[in-house]
Amino acid sequence: MKKRKFGLALSLVLAAGTMLGACGKSSEKSGDGGKKDSFTVGMVTDVGGVDDKSFNQSAWEGLQKFGSDNSLKKGKNGYDYLQSKSDSDYITNLNTLSRQDFDLVYGIGFLMEDAISKVADQRKDTKFAIVDAVVNKPNVASITFKENEGSFLVGVVAGLTTKTNKVGFIGGVQGELIEKFETGFKAGVKSVNPKAEVLTKYTGAFDKPDLGQATADTMIKSGADILFHAAGATGIGMINEVKSVKQKDPSKNVWAIGVDRDQAPDGKIDANTNIMLTSMVKRVDIAVQDIAKKAKDGDFPGGKVVEYGLNENGVGIAPTKDNVSPEALKAVDEWTAKIKSGEVKVPGTPAELKNFK
Amino acid sequence: MSKRLINILVPVVSVLLGLIAGTIIMLVSGYNPIEGFSALFYGMFGEVFYTGETIRQVTPYILSGLAVAFAFRTGLFNIGVEGQVLVGWLASVWVGLAFDLPKVIHLPLAIIAAAAAGALWGFIPGFLKARFRVHEVIVSIMMNYIALHVTNNIIRTVLSKNSDRTPDVPKSALLKSPFLEAHTDFSRLHWGFLIALAGAFLMWFILEKTVKGYELRSVGFNHHASEYAGMNVNRNIILSMVISGAFAGVAGSMEGLGTFGYASIKGGFTGIGFDGIAVALLGGNTSVGIILSAILFGGLKVGALNMPLETGIPTELVDIIIALIIFFIASSYIIRWAITRFNKKGVK
Amino acid sequence: MEYVIEMLNIRKEFPGIVANDNITLQVKKGEIHALLGENGAGKSTLMNVLFGLYQPERGEIRVNGKKVNITDPNVANNLGIGMVHQHFMLVDKFSVTENIILGSEPSKAGRINMRDAIKQVRQLSEQYGLRVDPEAKISDISVGMQQRVEILKTLYRGADILIFDEPTAVLTPQEIKELIEIMKTLIKEGKSIILITHKLKEIMEVCDRVTVIRKGVGIGTVNVSDTNPNELASLMVGRDVVFKTDKTEANPAASVLDIKDLVIKDTRGVAAINGLSLEVRAGEIVGIAGVDGNGQTELIEAIAGLKKAESGTISLNQKEIQNLKPRRITESGLGHIPQDRHKHGLVLDFPIGENMVLQTYYKKPYSKNGILNYKNIYQKAKTLIKDYDVRTPTEYTLARALSGGNQQKAIIGREVDRDPDLLIAAQPTRGLDVGAIEFVHKRLIEQRDRGKGVLLISFELDEVLNVSDRIAVIYEGKIVAIVDPKQTTEQELGLLMAGSTVTRKEGEHSNV
Repeated sequence: MKKRKFGLALSLVLAAGTMLGACGKSSEKSGDGGKKDSFTVGMVTDVGGVDDKSFNQSAWEGLQKFGSDNSLKKGKNGYDYLQSKSDSDYITNLNTLSRQDFDLVYGIGFLMEDAISKVADQRKDTKFAIVDAVVNKPNVASITFKENEGSFLVGVVAGLTTKTNKVGFIGGVQGELIEKFETGFKAGVKSVNPKAEVLTKYTGAFDKPDLGQATADTMIKSGADILFHAAGATGIGMINEVKSVKQKDPSKNVWAIGVDRDQAPDGKIDANTNIMLTSMVKRVDIAVQDIAKKAKDGDFPGGKVVEYGLNENGVGIAPTKDNVSPEALKAVDEWTAKIKSGEVKVPGTPAELKNFK
Repeated sequence: MSKRLINILVPVVSVLLGLIAGTIIMLVSGYNPIEGFSALFYGMFGEVFYTGETIRQVTPYILSGLAVAFAFRTGLFNIGVEGQVLVGWLASVWVGLAFDLPKVIHLPLAIIAAAAAGALWGFIPGFLKARFRVHEVIVSIMMNYIALHVTNNIIRTVLSKNSDRTPDVPKSALLKSPFLEAHTDFSRLHWGFLIALAGAFLMWFILEKTVKGYELRSVGFNHHASEYAGMNVNRNIILSMVISGAFAGVAGSMEGLGTFGYASIKGGFTGIGFDGIAVALLGGNTSVGIILSAILFGGLKVGALNMPLETGIPTELVDIIIALIIFFIASSYIIRWAITRFNKKGVK
Repeated sequence: MEYVIEMLNIRKEFPGIVANDNITLQVKKGEIHALLGENGAGKSTLMNVLFGLYQPERGEIRVNGKKVNITDPNVANNLGIGMVHQHFMLVDKFSVTENIILGSEPSKAGRINMRDAIKQVRQLSEQYGLRVDPEAKISDISVGMQQRVEILKTLYRGADILIFDEPTAVLTPQEIKELIEIMKTLIKEGKSIILITHKLKEIMEVCDRVTVIRKGVGIGTVNVSDTNPNELASLMVGRDVVFKTDKTEANPAASVLDIKDLVIKDTRGVAAINGLSLEVRAGEIVGIAGVDGNGQTELIEAIAGLKKAESGTISLNQKEIQNLKPRRITESGLGHIPQDRHKHGLVLDFPIGENMVLQTYYKKPYSKNGILNYKNIYQKAKTLIKDYDVRTPTEYTLARALSGGNQQKAIIGREVDRDPDLLIAAQPTRGLDVGAIEFVHKRLIEQRDRGKGVLLISFELDEVLNVSDRIAVIYEGKIVAIVDPKQTTEQELGLLMAGSTVTRKEGEHSNV
């Protein structure tokens, strides 16, 4: 308490309005602190919010599912989320959840790596988990995905579907994470169609649909008939380009492959036509539920990196696969079994790709 | 005498009006306004952690408010504070990373670099205005975009290897204080608030006490008369933009050396510069006023984060309530301004 | 006799002051009624009440015997009240007709019928003898013509009662004469006129009756035929006023200002001053008479260092100063009372005290090592305010809050106090009332008597004639004549100013 008194005095001196702060403090929230007995879990979104149609939304869906499975209520005594309005809010929000005595606090996205790392040091009693990054702290569980495995499967689909023997990959900012998509995809294509060529282009941005569109245009013109992306909003440009090519010439054989979630709705042209071949999905919701369940059962993987791959249902091929030939689907099933059994190890880096087979 | 009373009364009444508007919104949407506002307030000052965070948020607001106000007081509208904040941020981090010096030299050097970068970013619109009469608003808006993309590119290519952030600045150049953090329950409060307060004092001192400040104010109010009185109007325009930019640059270093300790790629503007315009206007372009309005802005920003969790009010509604409070404060200023203008005309 | 306008017992308050107290103004149909009062007496407030810009606290307004409630200018327009503002409200780039129809365009399905409008304007212009070209651009016509456009604007909107706010302040003598004719025509055509002015001569010449207000209080209404300028002046000021400026013969000594073959180009590159030469000696007042726009402004600005001289020399105390920085020139002994005191003379949002050191703030004792010494600044201001009778609540009051006369006194105090060898007084009494004019003139003469040179630029012929020791007539950027005021009449001056060189009498200096 001595610390707090000092801080109080400090704030009195510094900020004119802090007198009021003192009043606020007198209503110390010890009242509801004691009676809490159920497990509570919260998450901090980045600036996208819980309706970003991406991993924030997916994580929140996982949390809601966990909540209803365990009959928790949304709110301080169950599960809840805080939205960040800028990157300076991450630490405040993580702290707030920790201060409200949430048992487990998620930071969604690799952008929160630093914030989690700092807050975890300060609030050692709270359990934290981070998605898509690794923070090596005893009270932090790191959630990563084997994107290469999922990408491998869509690569298989692409390799068996292409007519031109040319497919394309469009990446966002180059880095370890996106390279996992690239290498997995390439390995998948080559495994089923060694003659096929994979055009690769990193646009350097996740937020430039115009750039994605232009890149897709170039690739299609040089003969590629299936494009896969791991480029966020830049990839939306790719999907739009494929759509417009198809609209101009419905006989043309072009396909897009989505990423992270089932992007089929984005590829719809009319009731009968959809240029989305399939999508590589990343089940953030499953990972979030899984870690929450473990923490609740006293089995929190603190200090560990938990990888979600095909075996854990953390990655996979999207449920929408109407456009995929039965033959390709059969191949997907075979390869899935091989990967799950460990017979095939999917490469995750360019170096591993070189040595692959 | 009564004028002074009005000066104090108007902002107080308008804050109250804003609170009433917020109350109505909450009542209409079925939330308890008392709970809502106590959560807001708790999130500002309810724990030392929040107090620390509020002061941290207030710090750059004071400086960006000063930057806008300084230009305003000399008759210029520096809308480029946002860009000056960004280059200041980058420059402070760059100096922090590039040198290995004892703290007494390193930290001041990093802050001075931030001020110099911001000053340079302010010099360009100032020079173009003075030399070619290009409107400073147009130039400084464009300078914002140049700043955003140039800093992003430097971070990506020079200060890191294709990463979205620079490495951490070494301790010797940081404003971060384990002492303050420990005593505010691990908030990110750093020594920058002392610099912000010193900045407020400095602006007051320059404008009110020095010969240069007299010239700057004179040029701001009436550059014709200033020219007739033998002042160099063009030089004062440039100087004003330079000083304004320097304040903004230092605001950037508060983030670079205090809050974050690194620079990262920005998808968009930080808002510190744009909010600074509101802070300056609300504070009546005076040092004390800016400190108070920065506390209000910073407090609302930090406090608002706490509202959804404590009360279940959705984030969007919280944004509306905060915006309404600011709107009422700002609009009553406009009304008061209009009234005084009207009165002046009438007396004649 | 019926009244077209009756303002009965009007009271208008502003926070802290009563601008109008119990003022009654009754205007008969078909008369020119003068509203006379010093600056700040409340004339404008009263007219703004009539025009619907202010609501009176007490009193009533009747138009044609009917009580009316004028809530805004539109109501006033509909009642046939029109205002010819002192500062014209015209769009420079528009034509005369476009300006006149602005806001009440005759349109059909959104299209303006320009031909009809021009015809209508031409007809109005002929009817009232205004002789305005409906298709000319505003920026191309003279100030006098612009004023007529303002008059046409009110007539076009069907005004029967025209308020003229200080209409002669901006006009040349010839233009004033023509304006007076126009007013008489307007009356003949059945209009009524309220003329706001503080120029007694005009009242005596054109008005039928005059209502005097002093310090917001109505003093009364008199028939012009029953009164004389002296009586009116004392009614207005509240004491006796001396009209003729007393001064002794000048004692000119060495030259303080010597201009030779000066050429100045204006912004368009046209020579505004074209080979002008002029000398001002210590101990004399040289008046410059001329119609506005003949190079006066450029001449002053060149002397003060604000405008570049293309060629020629300007010497102050035998030292060449052309194209030096303004501050250098100020420091070498120039004082300057600018013609636009709001724009060039004062920083209106500074306290009057800080305005008092506008040229000297960087010097001791007002500052030291770059830090201002407010104590000394305000000490000085206090002294000047007292010495020059600047009426202000305190020296901390914003300059904006002072009346025009007091602002001018402050500027004069500031400039004279620096004891310059040459004092330029540009339109020093513009917009001032008789009391203040008297004060300004006295100070100029005092300065002369202390052996300083004074250069007086004025559009008021009686001022130039009254105050100067020599008069230089400027026309198209040159001094075309130098005359002795004691042997020259207004008519002769007016002709010289118009570019005529025919009359040359004995005792006159020859053209340069």
